[in-house]
Amino acid sequence: MHTVLLKVTALFYLAGALAYLHFIFTLNERGAKLGRMLLLIGAILHAAGFVVRYFVAGYTPITSLFESLSFSAFAIVCVFLAFELRYHLRVLGAFVAPLAFGFSVSAAFLPGEVRALAPALNSYWLPVHVILLFFGNAVFAVAFGAAVMYLLMERELKRKKIGAIFKRLPSLNVLDDINYRCMTIGFPLLTLGIITGSIWAEYAWGSYWSWDPKEVWSLITWLLYAALLHGRMTVGWRGRKAAILAIVGFCAILFTFLGVNLLLPGLHTYTNLSG
Amino acid sequence: MSEIVIVGLNHRTAPVEVRERLAFPADTVGHALRGLRERDGISEGVILSTCNRVEVCVLSEEGYKGVEHVKDFLAGFHGIPIGDLSGHLYHHLGEGAVRHLFRVSSSLDSMVLGEPQILGQVKDAYGYACEFKTIGPVLDKFFTKSFSVAKRVRTETRVANSAVSVSYAAVELAKKILGDLPDKVVMLIGAGEMCELAARHLLSAGAKGILVTNRTFERAVRLAEEFGGTPVRFEELGVHLKRADIILSSTGAPHFILKREDVEEVIRIRRNRPMFFIDMAVPRDIDPDANEIDNVYVYDIDDLNNVIETNLEERQREAELAEEIVVAEVAGFRRWLDSQQVTPTIVSLRRKFDEVRQAEVAKALSALGTADPKTRKVVESLASSILNKVLHSPIASLKRETDGRSPMEMVTAVRVIFDLPEEEAEGEPEALVRPHEQGGNVGNQ
Repeated sequence: MHTVLLKVTALFYLAGALAYLHFIFTLNERGAKLGRMLLLIGAILHAAGFVVRYFVAGYTPITSLFESLSFSAFAIVCVFLAFELRYHLRVLGAFVAPLAFGFSVSAAFLPGEVRALAPALNSYWLPVHVILLFFGNAVFAVAFGAAVMYLLMERELKRKKIGAIFKRLPSLNVLDDINYRCMTIGFPLLTLGIITGSIWAEYAWGSYWSWDPKEVWSLITWLLYAALLHGRMTVGWRGRKAAILAIVGFCAILFTFLGVNLLLPGLHTYTNLSG
Repeated sequence: MSEIVIVGLNHRTAPVEVRERLAFPADTVGHALRGLRERDGISEGVILSTCNRVEVCVLSEEGYKGVEHVKDFLAGFHGIPIGDLSGHLYHHLGEGAVRHLFRVSSSLDSMVLGEPQILGQVKDAYGYACEFKTIGPVLDKFFTKSFSVAKRVRTETRVANSAVSVSYAAVELAKKILGDLPDKVVMLIGAGEMCELAARHLLSAGAKGILVTNRTFERAVRLAEEFGGTPVRFEELGVHLKRADIILSSTGAPHFILKREDVEEVIRIRRNRPMFFIDMAVPRDIDPDANEIDNVYVYDIDDLNNVIETNLEERQREAELAEEIVVAEVAGFRRWLDSQQVTPTIVSLRRKFDEVRQAEVAKALSALGTADPKTRKVVESLASSILNKVLHSPIASLKRETDGRSPMEMVTAVRVIFDLPEEEAEGEPEALVRPHEQGGNVGNQ
């Protein structure tokens, strides 16, 4: 039941993404309202699915690739809805909702049955570590969406060809502000996620840091975002530069999250396709 | 038969010399309206007079003849030979007049398509006619309908969106680059009409303050006073530039007063807080290459003109949608207008009473139980003859040519007294579907 519930959310996210896209093309308010409603229903079902699965599995069900992808989609939708509530940036939905759909639909094609948890993973650190990191990643996903919007808008303003994008997107200043807010929220989450992981690793594997590929790439991602945040605070890296770094950073996250599991074997390969 | 008639002229049909002679200044409108209403064959009248158009709208009891009456009135009132006017005047009757006023109110007939003032001016004209009691039920309905059509056009199309003047385009761009204006500082370099206008718009859009500089410091002081800003010596421009988020420049300098390196330096000092340069000078004041610097945007007068042109094209496209709304609304109003004529009123009057008669006869017959054919016949003929006798005089009065009084007034009275069903003057109830919205997937209309 819970597996079906988790997979069905992909449909809601698809419908939500389409509604937001309809909104951005036609500027018909109803598209945005409908999109938000659909994402909200999807997220509620999604949360219900995870709760049921938690009791069935007996551990926090964010370990297999299916569960990870699915939880990513959930986190992105939650973070987006929170941002929309705060900033009323409805067009952001057209850029972020498709991302959530992408994660949830990839999950929908993977086997979703509950497996026995490897003993090393069974710890209170599991939920703390993964939830911190996944919500951090979701915040960076929203920053990625805002960064794409920034670059589109900036290009139109620099080329002085005022058209469809100019009318639809918010001001550069607002988009840059979103970027900054995301960094100040996402970076602490990422940092705490890595620290808790390291503590957990000491318990589970007997060492805080073992240069496993996942750890290396997490560190690279962390350094990228640290550089961005530092540059902004000291020499005023903002606008275009900040947008590009937010996009690069998100690519690094994607690689750390998926690429490492699929391509580079290591301690964290609990979460590969074969489970 | 009574007919709505509009006679007028506008910026397309008459040069300003003619328009100014025919205009009705506010203090003469009352006098003019009374004079208009006193004419034979005219039962209601409204006069619209703006700098771009003069329109006289009347309800004519003699159909087409009303056009001549109004032309006579215009020539007589202003003391201009009618021959001098005829080439400039246009006229619309019936449905054509309905369409014309709907288009005027919706700003589809304006010199600048979609400009917002005209609706207020039409409302003023309506207000005068109400004040001087020259408006009756038909024109009242007609004008209030035109306001709602204008509102529909405004909300359902983007015909009035986006700036079509240089100074507004500058404000719009500033908002998209810098976000909210209340914490932004404007700097005015040199003095030019367009720059000053743009500065005024920026300040009224909420900009925090303004720095004014000029080669002659006295001039800067004077302008700064006017804007409530701070004067800055031209030699100290470099020092103060870093405080400004929006720079409006129009000096007579023969070369760039701000080179790319200058701007690079300033933006570094500002730690990349964005700057928007609006260069209205010819030859230009600001090196256009500065536009390549991150967080710096430089627009010259041609760039702004291009923006306006794009916006005007958009308004043109949206105007086509607006015309569709007008067509639908005209058809709706036409139906209402037709129902205000004598014959349809008699028909619906008869129908209404006939329904009463049938219902009452049926009730009586069922109370009588199985009545024999003779009783049945008596009951039925009793009912019909009462009905005919009662209706005789109202119908006769409706048909009679009334002297001085508009048959429409009569019709309206009858419709109200007998509570006859009203033909709705609404246009198509459903919203228009934009071409690119058709086949939309989710959240469609």
